[in-house]
Amino acid sequence: MTTTDTSPATPRVAGGRWAGTRKLTLMEFKLYLREPAALFFTILLPVGLLLILGSAIPGFQEPDPARGGERVVDSHLPAMMILLSVGTSAFSAIPAALATYRERGILRRLSATPLSPVRLLAAQLLVNLTTAVVAVVVTIGLGNLVLGTRVPERPVWFAVAFTLGVCALFVLGLCVAAVVPNSRVAGGIGAAVLFPLLFFAGMWLPRELMPEALRTVSDFTPTGAFGQAMRDAWLGGTPQVLHLAVLVAWTAVAALVAARLFRWE
Amino acid sequence: MVMEIIEVTGLRKRYGTQVAVEDVSFSVREGEIFGIVGRNGAGKTTTVECVSGMRTADGGAITITGLDPRKDRERIRERVGVQLQDCTLPDKMKAGEALELYASFYERPADWRALLEEVGLGPKRDTPFAKLSGGQRQRLSIALALVGSPRVAILDELTTGLDPQARRDTWELVELVKARGVTIVLVTHFMEEAERLCDRVAVIHRGRVAAIDSPAGLVARVDDEQRLTFRAAPEADGVLRSLPEVRTVTHEAGHFTVTGTDGVLLAVVTALAARRITPLGLRTEQATLDDAFLALTGPPAGDAPLEHTR
Repeated sequence: MTTTDTSPATPRVAGGRWAGTRKLTLMEFKLYLREPAALFFTILLPVGLLLILGSAIPGFQEPDPARGGERVVDSHLPAMMILLSVGTSAFSAIPAALATYRERGILRRLSATPLSPVRLLAAQLLVNLTTAVVAVVVTIGLGNLVLGTRVPERPVWFAVAFTLGVCALFVLGLCVAAVVPNSRVAGGIGAAVLFPLLFFAGMWLPRELMPEALRTVSDFTPTGAFGQAMRDAWLGGTPQVLHLAVLVAWTAVAALVAARLFRWE
Repeated sequence: MVMEIIEVTGLRKRYGTQVAVEDVSFSVREGEIFGIVGRNGAGKTTTVECVSGMRTADGGAITITGLDPRKDRERIRERVGVQLQDCTLPDKMKAGEALELYASFYERPADWRALLEEVGLGPKRDTPFAKLSGGQRQRLSIALALVGSPRVAILDELTTGLDPQARRDTWELVELVKARGVTIVLVTHFMEEAERLCDRVAVIHRGRVAAIDSPAGLVARVDDEQRLTFRAAPEADGVLRSLPEVRTVTHEAGHFTVTGTDGVLLAVVTALAARRITPLGLRTEQATLDDAFLALTGPPAGDAPLEHTR
């Protein structure tokens, strides 16, 4: 060991906090990419399912009179796969990551530095948002190329629906992250929340075929509203105000709950 | 010139109905290694968390580097580095990455590459955290505490769970940190560690300060007695009893146990040598900080108090 002179290096210019935040965010991306499982469940699986189901199940590429001549691969199947991807990020990836950070004392350690642990939370959300955007682009791009999936006809409205939907699901994911006792059970609890939500979104029983009462319930679930708002924009319409309002409401309520329940250690 | 870099007066902190710290006061001089020892749950960690501004005290006054943790959290975080109990890093984060990352949080960071070399982790720069040994993790943790060029480093349960060699290596590192002029607050439940490293030690018991002194001072408080054991011919008995330094002599079948004041060893050995009696298997036993600690904090409360954290 040598006694190197470690006197302070040149003082940083103001805005050093941002340098730290940038480094932290970059590090979160690196760590995310070093965990192959995360990308498998959020991108490979949904896109793979779209291509396999879309090409293997008879009738998925035929015009369906029950849907006014729309094909399943046009918007229903890709929208469900986007929900699967965003939902997995929201209810499994985010809670597992934050539970790990909490139980390993990483959030507590950060709180002893000049950088607030809130920034780690933000970085984690940004990483998952990026994954969601990549999932959407790949789903629509590859779907279009391979299956002739339609490209959203009202891209601005689609972006609005996507943004509000991601906000609602991610903030709900923070609520899950707040209550899971440890990282080992985070995935299981996440799945227990996600699968009923996917059901209400129409994953197994499309909304068009749902009984009236069930569809009403679906309208008020975050996934049901999210999926339908995306599909409305996809097929050239405007998302219903109801669905956008439902997403905003879920975001607001979940944010309050998460802020109350979240523990840093 | 000696100045107080940390000053704590009448610190109080409770969690719900449970009182963690009842009344703790001490001051730390710039440049020293100040030990805080105590049983599990005595309030050691809570005390240093309040001092570093990670927790807000319920009562009492604290200044650290002239700042109040309740008002100047931000600036204290620039000046105080911590090594926390039970804090790890993500498995896949590399040692060098961690240090570079933490360096970016501070306004005046140390050169993280030099620091990595200094703690002996230069060759481990690209090793993920999961693949570091316990000792290497502690070294990294110390480096993280120092990367912001702090004036004070708070090290909590530094060597818990390390093997004896790694523990000794870590101690050397702490002495090196001190040599750089960083004031160190060392929380530990290993008396050997406190005895070896600390200039002064505060014994905390049930949320209060039981004593503050140098390790030697604490030992002297409870016991100035030396104990010798050896084998010798029975006629030694009379010789020993005539010595003023000797307090008690017991002997059984040639096995002697002699107690006395500080000079007893020399007195016994010279007196026996003058009579051509050789003490065989001579051993001396002295009170250690362990004994002092037990005397100050009373008998163990049921479970083994010195082995487990918290």
